[in-house]
Amino acid sequence: MTETFVSYSLIAVYSAMAIYTLAFVMFAVDLARRSAESSDASAARATGLASASAQQASVMVNGSSVGGTDTLTTAGASESKIVAHSPKSLKLAMAMTVLAWVLHVGAVIFRGVAANRVPWANMFEFTLTATALIVGVFLIVQFWQDLRFLGSFITGFVLIALGVGTSSFYVDVVPLPPALQSAWLVIHVFVASLSTGFFALAASLSIVQLMQARREAGKALKLRFLDTLPAADRLETLAYRLTVVGFVMWTFTLIAGAVWAERAWGRYWGWDTKEVWTFIIWTLYAGYIHARATRGWRGSRSAWLAIVGFLAIVFNFTVVNLFFKGLHAYSGL
Amino acid sequence: MTEGDATRPSDHMDAPAPAPQSKVQQPRLNLAGYARFFWRQLTSMRTALFLLLLLAVAAIPGSLVPQITSDPNGVIAYRTNYPDTAAVLDFFQVFNTYTSVWFSSIYLLLFISLIGCVLPRTKHHFDALRASPPKTPARLSRLQGFTTRTTEADVDTTIASARRLLRSQRYRTELYGDSVSAERGYLRETGNLVFHAALVGVLVTVGIGGGFGYTGQRVVVEGYAFSNSLASYDSFNPGRFFTDEALDPYTVALDSFEPVYEQNNRQAIGQAIDFTANVTTTVRGEEPQQSQIKVNEPLSLSGTNLYLLGNGYAPVLTVRDADEKVIWSQPTPCLPFDANLGSTCVIKIPDGLDQQIGMLGFLYPTTGTLSSGALASVYPDLISPVLTLEVYEGDLGLDNGQGSNAYALNTDSLEQVAGRTSEAETLRLTPGDRLELPNDLGSVELTSIPRFVSLDVHHDPSQLPVLLFSVLLFAGLITSLFVPRRRMWVSARTDASGTTTIEYAALARGDDPNLEAAVTDFAEKHSQQLGVRVDS
Repeated sequence: MTETFVSYSLIAVYSAMAIYTLAFVMFAVDLARRSAESSDASAARATGLASASAQQASVMVNGSSVGGTDTLTTAGASESKIVAHSPKSLKLAMAMTVLAWVLHVGAVIFRGVAANRVPWANMFEFTLTATALIVGVFLIVQFWQDLRFLGSFITGFVLIALGVGTSSFYVDVVPLPPALQSAWLVIHVFVASLSTGFFALAASLSIVQLMQARREAGKALKLRFLDTLPAADRLETLAYRLTVVGFVMWTFTLIAGAVWAERAWGRYWGWDTKEVWTFIIWTLYAGYIHARATRGWRGSRSAWLAIVGFLAIVFNFTVVNLFFKGLHAYSGL
Repeated sequence: MTEGDATRPSDHMDAPAPAPQSKVQQPRLNLAGYARFFWRQLTSMRTALFLLLLLAVAAIPGSLVPQITSDPNGVIAYRTNYPDTAAVLDFFQVFNTYTSVWFSSIYLLLFISLIGCVLPRTKHHFDALRASPPKTPARLSRLQGFTTRTTEADVDTTIASARRLLRSQRYRTELYGDSVSAERGYLRETGNLVFHAALVGVLVTVGIGGGFGYTGQRVVVEGYAFSNSLASYDSFNPGRFFTDEALDPYTVALDSFEPVYEQNNRQAIGQAIDFTANVTTTVRGEEPQQSQIKVNEPLSLSGTNLYLLGNGYAPVLTVRDADEKVIWSQPTPCLPFDANLGSTCVIKIPDGLDQQIGMLGFLYPTTGTLSSGALASVYPDLISPVLTLEVYEGDLGLDNGQGSNAYALNTDSLEQVAGRTSEAETLRLTPGDRLELPNDLGSVELTSIPRFVSLDVHHDPSQLPVLLFSVLLFAGLITSLFVPRRRMWVSARTDASGTTTIEYAALARGDDPNLEAAVTDFAEKHSQQLGVRVDS
């Protein structure tokens, strides 16, 4: 029975990967479309026809000060105008992402049923579940903000993670060792994975923000699609809001981890390698939040901090899990 | 409120932008001046940020190099393998990164900076809590969410109802002429201050409370007991302020240890599924009690916690001399070296025989044979155990007064008399077997193979306060990030025709995603209320 569910899970995740690949391609096509449209718009402006072109809209956004919903509506409006022209590739990409995600979640559930426990007790399962959460956050955030332009980042990242996960981290279903038999496994690891979802999205926003900031500074960047995206200021605000949600969860992960460590290992904090890196990541993001309130650190500098923070998360998950000696030796490899 | 303030989150105080100054104008600083200058620098946001990021970087080496506290054996191995690098690392205290001078300086400076920042802000916030909201700006149209409504009601009614509505939404209000100024979300700054104060609380409790605690390790064999006293621990780490009186002398006897190993899942045969230590505890002046200790389920006993952190086998060997007199009969805990509990055993018998003898053993709980012919354990439970013994005689090195590692045999002044490099073969015993020792020294019998557990006993008075501070910290963090601090203004003006125009606007202090919506909602609600009132 276990083997049947394990194979269902694998079939589901491979199918999901195939569809994510298609979604990735469609998101890329969409970026190309944005570039083309933006060129059309600038050509049109050159002839003096397009008063409400994307370029001007985004300049207006820049001009309109402090941020907040005012800016939001302007940016949203300018974007939806463009989307309305030819949203086919984007709509298709989103539909595929949703379909792939449903399969992906199915794979997670089948794995859990097969193992008869939560499906995040070894590295393969962390990868499977955390990537599902990243895409889940990406999809759910769309109800709040149109961040579909991050689709190629997110699907691309998830594809790489799933590729490495299924090929290099795969392990069979085995029972939980005594140290992992705790309700904290459900809470601590789940919240940690969920916060990665927010950090991943925030990091991709920060990357776009950096590109946008370069373009706004007049540096020649040939990526025309940037014209159709929100201004750097706006991207920074969005990245910040996602990051603080992630940060709260990360703080919870840290505290819950300490409580569990006391139960399982006899001390709540012992500078185990994984504890050290969780602390480093927490400190980096605390730095990010403070940087936004520090003269000279807003904008691109704090964006770099967010990106470094996310790189540290990836490092913590891969290199620290696999090569550092410590008590968190649950990769199963 | 300047424009510069509005664009920045309110929840911080930053040093004012440096005024353009030429060198000539700078006053000479006396000692107090330097001190003030240094203090300003230290408590500035920029320095705090720098220290925060430095702390993140400084934590890295401790994860790359084994630490004495978390991986003492790793440190020993490192020192042996890389003596030169180890000397350099020792100089920089890298094996003790998290208590090193440099790491401590960074976090202490950070915390001083934090306190220096939080104290004035607390006063500032305290004043703000008692102050009225600021005057209504002259031109509301320049602010966020600016919107207008018209009503037939007069100015006084309009403003009075606006004030009531603002109050019901928990704004603090103040009337200024024909306008009302309101502010809410003071909790944001309160949360922020609580968060930072709780961080200090965590640090202080860890620093002080941890000093009163202790941890002790003890290996206990089935059928044996240990008492909570200094002498009976295998190793003991007292806190800075520890005194012997802190030890409450209870005893813990290990009645049995029951492991459960996977038997069905072919991918995980022999993997541990459950460990249970059944113990009888006796606290002074009380009846003995039976309890269990499991992984993730420590036992609480008179202010201490007992954790089950390891287990293995402790074969009982009975050694008799040539005259059949029993000179040794006791369990020897063996160190497991693989997941199937293949273990190494070291037995030292300094007295009773003609020669001091040392025995180096390998225990295989379920014995299998590798293709090379060597023995190996294939399952961790005790199914078909074999104990092999190499026997050495000579000087065990125990008489020079220096402590020695009970789990290692120093063969420098020993000669192998049974084993791979001697004439007699390695002794091979199954339970109940008795074999002669070489050179007519006597005999050795494998009497039984009980299990042992290694228990950690912890007493940490900082635990509960640290947890409480962490909860405060978390609550403070959430409030400081998600409670919006905002100001709102409503101003009214009646024109010649008797129509009153109401202006609404707001200002975010800190990140406030819903500010505009809040103003619109308020304007809707307010004009509706006015409308109803006028109609009635």
